[in-house]
Amino acid sequence: MTNRSSLSAILLFLFFSASSAQHNVRTERISGSAGDVLEDNPVGKLKVYVYELPSKYNKKLLQKDPRCLTHMFAAEIFMHRFLLSSPVRTLNPDEADWFYSPIYPTCDLTPTGLPLPFKSPRMMRSAIQLISSNWPYWNKTEGADHFFVVPHDFGACFHYQEEKAIERGILPLLKRATLVQTFGQRNHVCLDQGSITIPPFAPPQKMQAHLIPPDVPRSIFVYFRGLFYDVNNDPEGGYYARGARAAVWENFKNNPLFDISTDHPTTYYEDMQRSIFCLCPLGWAPWSPRLVEAVVFGCIPVIIADDIVLPFADAIPWEEIGVFVAEKDVPELDTILTSIPTEVILRKQRLLANPSMKQAMLFPQPAQPGDAFHQILNGLARKLPHDGSVYLKAGEKVLNWTAGPVGDLKPW
Amino acid sequence: MKLLSAFRSSYLNRRGSTFRSLDPSSFDGAFIPKPSPSSIFWLAIHCLCCLISLILGFRFSHLVLFFLFSTSVTNLYTTTAGVSQLLQLKPSEKANVTAKSSRVVVGRHGIRIRPWPHPNPIEVMRAHQLLERVQKEQKSLYGVRRPRAVIAVTPTYVRTFQALHLTGVMHSLMLVPYDVVWIVVEAGGKSNETASFVGKSRLKTIHVGFDQKMPNTWEDRGKLESKMRIQALRIVREEKLDGIVVFVDDSNMHSMELFDEIQNVRWFGALSVGILAHSGNADELSSVLKTNQEGKPLSMPIQGPSCDSSGKLVGWHVFNTQPYATKTAVYVDDKAAVMPSKMEWSGFVLNSRLLWKESAVDRPAWVKDVNNLLDGNEEIEDGPLSLVKDPSMVETLESCGRNVLLWWLRVEARADSKFPPGWIIKSPLDITVPSERTPWLDSSSKLPVVTKEEKNNQPATEKRSGKPRGSKSKNNRGTQEPKTTRSRK
Repeated sequence: MTNRSSLSAILLFLFFSASSAQHNVRTERISGSAGDVLEDNPVGKLKVYVYELPSKYNKKLLQKDPRCLTHMFAAEIFMHRFLLSSPVRTLNPDEADWFYSPIYPTCDLTPTGLPLPFKSPRMMRSAIQLISSNWPYWNKTEGADHFFVVPHDFGACFHYQEEKAIERGILPLLKRATLVQTFGQRNHVCLDQGSITIPPFAPPQKMQAHLIPPDVPRSIFVYFRGLFYDVNNDPEGGYYARGARAAVWENFKNNPLFDISTDHPTTYYEDMQRSIFCLCPLGWAPWSPRLVEAVVFGCIPVIIADDIVLPFADAIPWEEIGVFVAEKDVPELDTILTSIPTEVILRKQRLLANPSMKQAMLFPQPAQPGDAFHQILNGLARKLPHDGSVYLKAGEKVLNWTAGPVGDLKPW
Repeated sequence: MKLLSAFRSSYLNRRGSTFRSLDPSSFDGAFIPKPSPSSIFWLAIHCLCCLISLILGFRFSHLVLFFLFSTSVTNLYTTTAGVSQLLQLKPSEKANVTAKSSRVVVGRHGIRIRPWPHPNPIEVMRAHQLLERVQKEQKSLYGVRRPRAVIAVTPTYVRTFQALHLTGVMHSLMLVPYDVVWIVVEAGGKSNETASFVGKSRLKTIHVGFDQKMPNTWEDRGKLESKMRIQALRIVREEKLDGIVVFVDDSNMHSMELFDEIQNVRWFGALSVGILAHSGNADELSSVLKTNQEGKPLSMPIQGPSCDSSGKLVGWHVFNTQPYATKTAVYVDDKAAVMPSKMEWSGFVLNSRLLWKESAVDRPAWVKDVNNLLDGNEEIEDGPLSLVKDPSMVETLESCGRNVLLWWLRVEARADSKFPPGWIIKSPLDITVPSERTPWLDSSSKLPVVTKEEKNNQPATEKRSGKPRGSKSKNNRGTQEPKTTRSRK
């Protein structure tokens, strides 16, 4: 009897190991600290109610400047569109777990295309005033079951300069809401504990159009294209990127293994697919679309940004996929990269080749299962059920509606 | 305060020479509410900071200079944000976070540069090993699963252009990333010229001679070439070579992708061949094109399979020889366009197992049993398609011949052209254009005049056992010409 059961157990084990080994040949399953959640389906796990805000908060801004659809902050617009037609949307706000307000705070662009965040706090304030006066749900929780997409440089601090952003801090009215933002740095004023970090928007069709066959051999060791010194705002160096990019340039400009320059080649995407490591150093803010590009093109990201919080950090084990280099260790970057064992590098490439990894970084139109929209919903679903303390008693007020700089209090 | 003094001392390090020009009192009056220190104190600080910068290797910026020249206290807090932020941030940071405070601060940081900028050669070696390993992994994952050997069959014969053609073929085959067996069948018997090319290639080669001489007309030449190819297939059968047989004609040009693509052949495959029927005579070609203007447009110069929309092979596209009807070359050195035969051998590849005697069982039904042919009992009729019973079953490569991977070309020299055997110049060349000034000129003799006829008399670089044309001791490139001419004279 025991012989037969052990035999069947052995057979079962062999079968499973064979089937999993088959899978492991090319890619590996990705499981982060929240478990194997990249392929979770959020439908049925949460319900989102989308407020009907006047079009001056969303459509009119987009009409004024359609460039908002293609820059790296376009996630806020696409999230709105996705939610409008998603199965998690509910038209009955009483049964909703999460409330979404479609505001596009990053859609006020300069002629060169950079977003100006100066009016965003006022826009947010006015939207929240509208929500709290027209619907009772804000006042029930003071926004704790509401979420907002704020993809700008420093999230809800609404400034592009770090000191000013730190000075302002997160908009006081958003203190209790969940923020979905691209900025993430540990122990930073502009990252709230419960925020969900998302990747910046990178146009999926453009990247698909530049794919090359996977058997083209990877012949570049380290690749980077971008600024090392921001001559307009910081000609000295040392301020931009906390001196890390300048250190990369000064130490490795003559190193044949490092293909780094400030060029804008047309073969940028193709070159990334021919490289083993792609540098993703911080700039004025620690996040950059390079991370998304590196993941999509299978190039191991080398992240040089102290204390950065990467997108979907609880679902994606970034430690196993990318290489983290402290800013103080930049002069030894070549030693660090060449001393990584071969097996580790091959494993990282296998993880990157996993299609669910690439999907999770993209915002495709229309939405596909496993993409960044679904990861955001998964993240929101993981925060459910809401803690009891979220609900306030009637008449109780926590938020200070007059906090913040005087300029913010002006109506929008 | 410590940081401030560190910055100041770093400033001193950089501007050691200009420091003397500064007035210490105004310097201090800017921000340090202390009585002016003694010069010894400054000297000590200076030495200490030189040592520190030697160890740390920091590069301090010009802004420190700016910072130190600013006189108002408010400037202190706004211009060098780093220092002030450090002082201001810490209390607010601690208020927000209960865990450890951030070690990342905003503001100006030093740019760290290591003292020895050159890469470590061991690390470079390691990086190259990593690259190789990654590429190997890529190849095994995405490349051809089980690469088969390439058996290249080349019929050739000795003539002026052979060196040009065979060099091209040799280089192409040497670049192929798979195992190559090069079977060279030579008309007129084995010769040293061909043997030297075959030997230089460093490939596995089989060089055989074929007893007939290559005839002078294109049509006969084509027939003999087919016979030579069959001979090569006989060799494949005897040696039981395993791989993919490709017909690499010596004057054709092959792309590298061709050899990758033929790995996908199972039994018998067809490719698209670009037909470059160019005679070298531009007038001929334009007249040909002119006569065709009224009619249909010139068809594609391709020979290859043609499929319907579902990808099934439905027919063959052959080169339209009609426009060239009256002006084709008959003899090998005619100055007219050379036409390809209906179906060129180079457009087909086959699995060598088709030729083995033993594989009668594995062979698919639509391929003829070639043993009869190879035994010499039959004659090959109209090209490679006669090897298959059912031409519609032929496999098409490269998405039904969408990409042209090789080009057919026939270029030969004049019939009477001669060339130095092995292209080695044994005895010195004749001078065709003498140099103006020579060191051994006799004062009494005149320079000979080189007439135009002389130049025209030498179309091919022929070795003539010629006498020098009234030449004095002429300077020649590194040969013994001067001596001989002088002696002959």
